[in-house]
Amino acid sequence: MFRALQITFGIAIVIFLLMPIFAILPLAFTSSVFLNYPIPAYSMRWMHELTTADVWRTSIVNSLIIGSGATVLATVLGTLASLGMRKGALPMVSLLRTLFLLPMVVPAVVLGVGMQIFLVRLGLASTYLGVTIAHSVLCIPFVIVSVSAALQGIDPSIERAASSLGAPPVTVFRRVTLPLAIPGVVSGAIFAFATSLDEVVLTLFVAGPNQRTLARQMFSSIRENINPTVAAAALLLIIGTLCLGGLAALLRWRQKRSALMTAPSAI
Amino acid sequence: MRPFIQFESVSKAFGSVTVVNALDLAIEKGEFVSLLGPSGSGKTTILMMLAGFERPTQGAIYLDGKRIDHLPPYRRQMGVVFQNYALFPHMSVAENVAFPLEMQRVPRAEIAERVERALDMVKLKHLKDRRPSQLSGGQQQRIALTRALVFEPSVILMDEPLGALDKQLREHMQLEIRELHKRLGLTIVFVTHDQSEALTMSDRIAVFNAGRIEQIDDPQVIYDTPRTRFVAEFIGETNLIEAKVASVDNHVAHLSLGAGLSARAHAGNGLSAGQTASFSLRPERIRLGAAPEGSNALDMTIADCIYHGDHMRVQLTHDDFSLVARCERLAGNWTIGASVVASFDPSDCTVLTQ
Repeated sequence: MFRALQITFGIAIVIFLLMPIFAILPLAFTSSVFLNYPIPAYSMRWMHELTTADVWRTSIVNSLIIGSGATVLATVLGTLASLGMRKGALPMVSLLRTLFLLPMVVPAVVLGVGMQIFLVRLGLASTYLGVTIAHSVLCIPFVIVSVSAALQGIDPSIERAASSLGAPPVTVFRRVTLPLAIPGVVSGAIFAFATSLDEVVLTLFVAGPNQRTLARQMFSSIRENINPTVAAAALLLIIGTLCLGGLAALLRWRQKRSALMTAPSAI
Repeated sequence: MRPFIQFESVSKAFGSVTVVNALDLAIEKGEFVSLLGPSGSGKTTILMMLAGFERPTQGAIYLDGKRIDHLPPYRRQMGVVFQNYALFPHMSVAENVAFPLEMQRVPRAEIAERVERALDMVKLKHLKDRRPSQLSGGQQQRIALTRALVFEPSVILMDEPLGALDKQLREHMQLEIRELHKRLGLTIVFVTHDQSEALTMSDRIAVFNAGRIEQIDDPQVIYDTPRTRFVAEFIGETNLIEAKVASVDNHVAHLSLGAGLSARAHAGNGLSAGQTASFSLRPERIRLGAAPEGSNALDMTIADCIYHGDHMRVQLTHDDFSLVARCERLAGNWTIGASVVASFDPSDCTVLTQ
């Protein structure tokens, strides 16, 4: 009886979370010009619009450019930060860690205003570099969380062994630490890319008309001329995010499996 | 001429806690020395200082006449075997063993040949393409040992390498390591908290307590004539006897044990009449039944008898004086409550300092 309740409640929550997504997706294939039900007939015209109309196409390309840039920047900086905080050589590591994770909790509006003022001073407002930097600030915490967890899983005596066998510190890092941490680095990069992909608020503040990302374009198209292209764009974003999420889950599964297998077994 | 490995008044403190206190230790080439002690006695810290993972707070460490305590681990040429093996999980067995040779820039063809030969030595050549995670604990231990041996380091350091293995495998590996030590003439420093492991494997044992060496000697001397109370109790089992020295003549001390009992013991230096001292008497040195000529004989009562399969442990009392004896078997008419004569040689009763 209680178990049945549990299951029912679980299913209800899942439906609640997924319903909005399922509600919008069929509208990507409507033949009508309005973003509402009922759907008179199915058609590919809005998918076509999404891939041919200039504003939409450039916004997709922009998203990919800025997303890749932010991912590379955040992954490199986040990995370096995790390595630095790991050895315990730095004072006040826990304070530093909290600081690095702050962009996750600070309201994006606050960050956006500050970032705009800052980037204008540097002459980077409304440039690709500026938007990339702004996005990477948001992405770095995800990389740090993921890479730190991976580094924590490495037994320090493995690195000590490498060192005692004649490997100088750089070689220990290249041959032992990095290969063992790479699943964490990759899954951090995936989260970074996904974060950049759906970022709107910061983009509103720091991007000029030339750097409109897909998410930003959806936001304005809802306000200006609402039509089912938004639904088509949403479908594209969801498929992209699902692929990235699937990749991250696969990596995590492999990491867990190899962690289980490296635990020394008796006999 | 300095000994091969020398610790010269080495101290190590973590914050305000002193873990190793003014240690002097000399190890000769080809020796198998065990560092034995309870956890927290500083033995692992000493090994880590020798390997280069910790720096002494004070003092100097020499290897082959050269001072090494300022050198990083990768310049010390020591093979370290860790308790959890510390194999590289992302490399195959052969790659693991090849790693130290690659670090020494040995030519590729020679690496392959030496890896092959090393794996052959531990009879694990057929596993060379496996990952460490696909091996059993004993096999992983052998690979870790092979990896530490393959680059012919001057010293092998082992940090409780057999702790994670079950009893049977552990005893097997003890023999295997001992055999390798003899065959290859290795210098081995072996950290353990298992006294029987130290007794069976070592040329010499250093017993540690609270950052100091209590006694360093060959296993038999450590066992037969422990110098301190700590060593007597930590290694094997013993009867600790507090006794008053009645008189000393000709290196024989006459003791009064209390409860009207008296015995003779071999007296060390500095024992004088009237003083109270502690003595150690191993349970297996006590005989029950007729006392041979020249031995101590005490009239005791059997208080309890515990069966251990290959031996019996017999609790003996006389008023408030009690002893534990260990014997192979009891004669049939000795039951609990029976009177018996317990005898031991004066030389088996050793005086302990402090």
